[in-house]
Amino acid sequence: MTFARADTSILGRWWWTVDRWTLAALACLIGFGAVLAMAATPAVATRIGLDPFFFARRQLGLVPPALLIMLAVSMLSPRNVRRVALAGFAIAMALLLATFAIGVEIKGARRWVNLPGFSLQPSEFIKPTFAVAAAWLFAQQRRQEGFPGNAIAIALYAAVLALLLLQPDIGMAAVVSAVWFSQFFLAGLRMAWVLLLGGLGGVSLIGAYFVFPHVASRINRFLDPASGDTYQINTALDAFSNGGLLGRGPGEGSVKLVLPDAHSDFVFAVAGEELGLIACLLLVGLFAFVVLRGFARLLQEPNLFILLAVAGLLVQFGLQALINMSSTLHLIPTKGMTLPFVSYGGSSLLALSLGMGFMLALSRKRYGAGEDL
Amino acid sequence: MATRIGDVLRALPSRLRIDGAAKQSIEVARHRLVVAGVLFVIAFLIVGLRLVDVTLLKEAREPRFAHAPRAGHLEMGRADIVDRNGVLLATSLATASLYANPKLVLGPAEAARKLARVLPGLDEREIAARLASDRSFVWLRRNLPPRQQYEVNRLGIPGLYFQREERRVYPHGPLAAHIVGFTDIDNRGIAGIEQSFDEKLRESGEPLDLSIDIRIQHIVREELGRTVEEFKALGGAAIMLDVATGEVLAMVSWPDFDPNAPALAPADARFNRNTLGIYEMGSTFKIFTAAMALDYGTATLRDGYDATKSIQIGRFTISDFHAQRRYLTVPEIFIYSSNIGAVKMALDIGTQRQRDFLARVGLLKASPIELPEVGPPLVPQPWREVNTMTIAFGHGLSVSPIQLAAASAATINGGVMRPATILKRQMGEPIPGERVMSAVASEQMRRLMRLNVERGSGKSAAVPGYLVGGKTGTAEKIVDGRYKKAARISSFVGAFPMNKPRYIVLAILDEPQGTKTTFGFATGSWVAAPVVGRVIARAAPMLGIEPVDEEAPDLRDQMLINVAKR
Repeated sequence: MTFARADTSILGRWWWTVDRWTLAALACLIGFGAVLAMAATPAVATRIGLDPFFFARRQLGLVPPALLIMLAVSMLSPRNVRRVALAGFAIAMALLLATFAIGVEIKGARRWVNLPGFSLQPSEFIKPTFAVAAAWLFAQQRRQEGFPGNAIAIALYAAVLALLLLQPDIGMAAVVSAVWFSQFFLAGLRMAWVLLLGGLGGVSLIGAYFVFPHVASRINRFLDPASGDTYQINTALDAFSNGGLLGRGPGEGSVKLVLPDAHSDFVFAVAGEELGLIACLLLVGLFAFVVLRGFARLLQEPNLFILLAVAGLLVQFGLQALINMSSTLHLIPTKGMTLPFVSYGGSSLLALSLGMGFMLALSRKRYGAGEDL
Repeated sequence: MATRIGDVLRALPSRLRIDGAAKQSIEVARHRLVVAGVLFVIAFLIVGLRLVDVTLLKEAREPRFAHAPRAGHLEMGRADIVDRNGVLLATSLATASLYANPKLVLGPAEAARKLARVLPGLDEREIAARLASDRSFVWLRRNLPPRQQYEVNRLGIPGLYFQREERRVYPHGPLAAHIVGFTDIDNRGIAGIEQSFDEKLRESGEPLDLSIDIRIQHIVREELGRTVEEFKALGGAAIMLDVATGEVLAMVSWPDFDPNAPALAPADARFNRNTLGIYEMGSTFKIFTAAMALDYGTATLRDGYDATKSIQIGRFTISDFHAQRRYLTVPEIFIYSSNIGAVKMALDIGTQRQRDFLARVGLLKASPIELPEVGPPLVPQPWREVNTMTIAFGHGLSVSPIQLAAASAATINGGVMRPATILKRQMGEPIPGERVMSAVASEQMRRLMRLNVERGSGKSAAVPGYLVGGKTGTAEKIVDGRYKKAARISSFVGAFPMNKPRYIVLAILDEPQGTKTTFGFATGSWVAAPVVGRVIARAAPMLGIEPVDEEAPDLRDQMLINVAKR
């Protein structure tokens, strides 16, 4: 795809201003996701009595809409990004509330709402839209005297947190908290408060240990493998050593036959076994590349809102990848979290496309004053 | 206007102130962004290093699952047994036996239904009952093949487990059953090679090379089996032996059995007639009578004996089956299989020398072959002159077929006795051997045996181009202490090619019944010689022996013999 430099159409302008390296890295991740969806999901589908390629077809079917969302959103102006995000946040919050009324309970949690044709997990969409909304509030506090940006951001965060904990969706709550906190931190939160809030985060993790039994059991098993069933994590670790340097070849692995969440939470283990160490390092490299390149570009960013929003979106993206890979590698207690763009999951894929679309749109090169967006 | 300007002027500092604050917060944000970036770099590095750690460096650590050492142990299982070309005759398969802990099985009926679908022949109701029991261990199916184990695993039923086991498998079934033998349920060898090399097979891990050539074994089994069926014989035995090394290339005892299920076989089928069975061999023993006469020099090919009258010893009369009732030369005695002539030759040799010779060719003690099933010969005690006379034509001394084959080999291979072996002789390994007769006498024996196939009782063993030689034998069996005319051991000891003998082929039939095609005859020449002929016709090309023009002058010269008296 080439466009003349002088092309001033929307597409032409987009092509010359968007960060094409990041775009390429995201495309690679989606490619990985497609290969692993073909490799990992048939075993899971067969196990629950579906056509082997049921999940693979669904996931691959969602790739074109996801790409479309990402590209379309990345063409928005920063102002429109903010508007879309705020509207999206409102809708997602409404749907999240709706899950308590009309939600579908799966595996002990009410996280989904049934829409015609598919079920949607609103909390996934909270993450990118709230990151943009919070960024705007934090930035506005500093740009407009008397605007209670911080206060609104704190109030919204409290509301989101409450809803997520009621689901319950501890992982999502932790990610949203981390993103919100890093944005607040970047926005210049005083160090005393940083320490206080950091301490509070630690306390709430300990609190979760005592309040939620499943969290306690997972942490116990991480700290003392002999205390409970560590079959999943052991199988995942064996998968990596089975794969070795070059892997057994796509589809040739066996870990997916025994791991219940091979297609989502443990997809990294499937990648380790079937594609090998080199491909896994490449995968880690792609995530690191997207996050760090984004950060590096932000160092030249003159606009606080854009800096906070993009940083929040990248933190969300990177943190999710790190948590997923670390728990598969037994670096942290197992935490059900999708590997961005790679794990199976429609809501996750669409929400990530939206978030990365925001990120691409906001990080496009702009000319002239960047203040009044 | 003035107010407007004033407004602007008033607004300016405030605007600037905000701008200044925004600039400052951007600076703070950038600094803190660097901190966040460093944290991410560290986190990604840790993930990358951990990835290398679990993928490549895991070997040195303690195995994560207990089954890992068990899998290693399985590879150390009982060693394979292979034929001389490396074809697998016996091997160990890892199998899995399915058992359940019913206390952990959630839905017995559902589980049984699923199991019955992947394990054909499983009684669904019985399995459901077993799974519903309140015990904590029930067998469901022993020795599943890997495919079924995989299917069961795929069902994902909790409470089902596999016990790894090892099972001895004989891919060729009955083909070499008597040689290879079999093991008991605990994989301990209790017959054949499995028994005699039990310890070695359990400990070495290296495959055991037998001298058997499974292709030849197949030919021999097919030809012998067909003949046993055709003549309704009680059984049969056949051996092919390398005269230069003593290696047994094929050894078949009929009827045979499937070593994969030895318990189902009757004792008669498990009986190895080649090594454990001992028989009065009859006229094939004239090979040794002629050989010792030629070697001791008590008779030459040109000498002869009067065979006009039967010989009377006590209440027995020794007469000739193909009575010529005239003076016979030594070659004639051999080809007409004259008992009278043989007895007279033996009497010239003498009891002591006969006994010495038979001892040298290994006929008076058990065969050294490496099988547990070896029968010692039945040697007359005391050895009187009457024994010398009967042994001259193969009665009064019972030996096993493997002894007969090995001893016959010594008379035609240049005169060296090589102990029969079932193990492949390795390259360069010295072959044990002991000279038992002169090379000249051995060379004369070749001519005699060739002559017998060309002109005597062995005609039906002839195979054009392969210079077959041999000697027939038909012995009456002792039934209830008396020789019985209708119950015979019919045999043929053949060898080829007689100008430079390579292999002995021996066939023995136990109580064959004559048929219309044999005009009611069931003697060695009618039933055993054709087996040897057919085996040679099929095996010789496989062994790389090129057929020759039997009428070529130099070959005729090598095989030349003067039959009639000068």
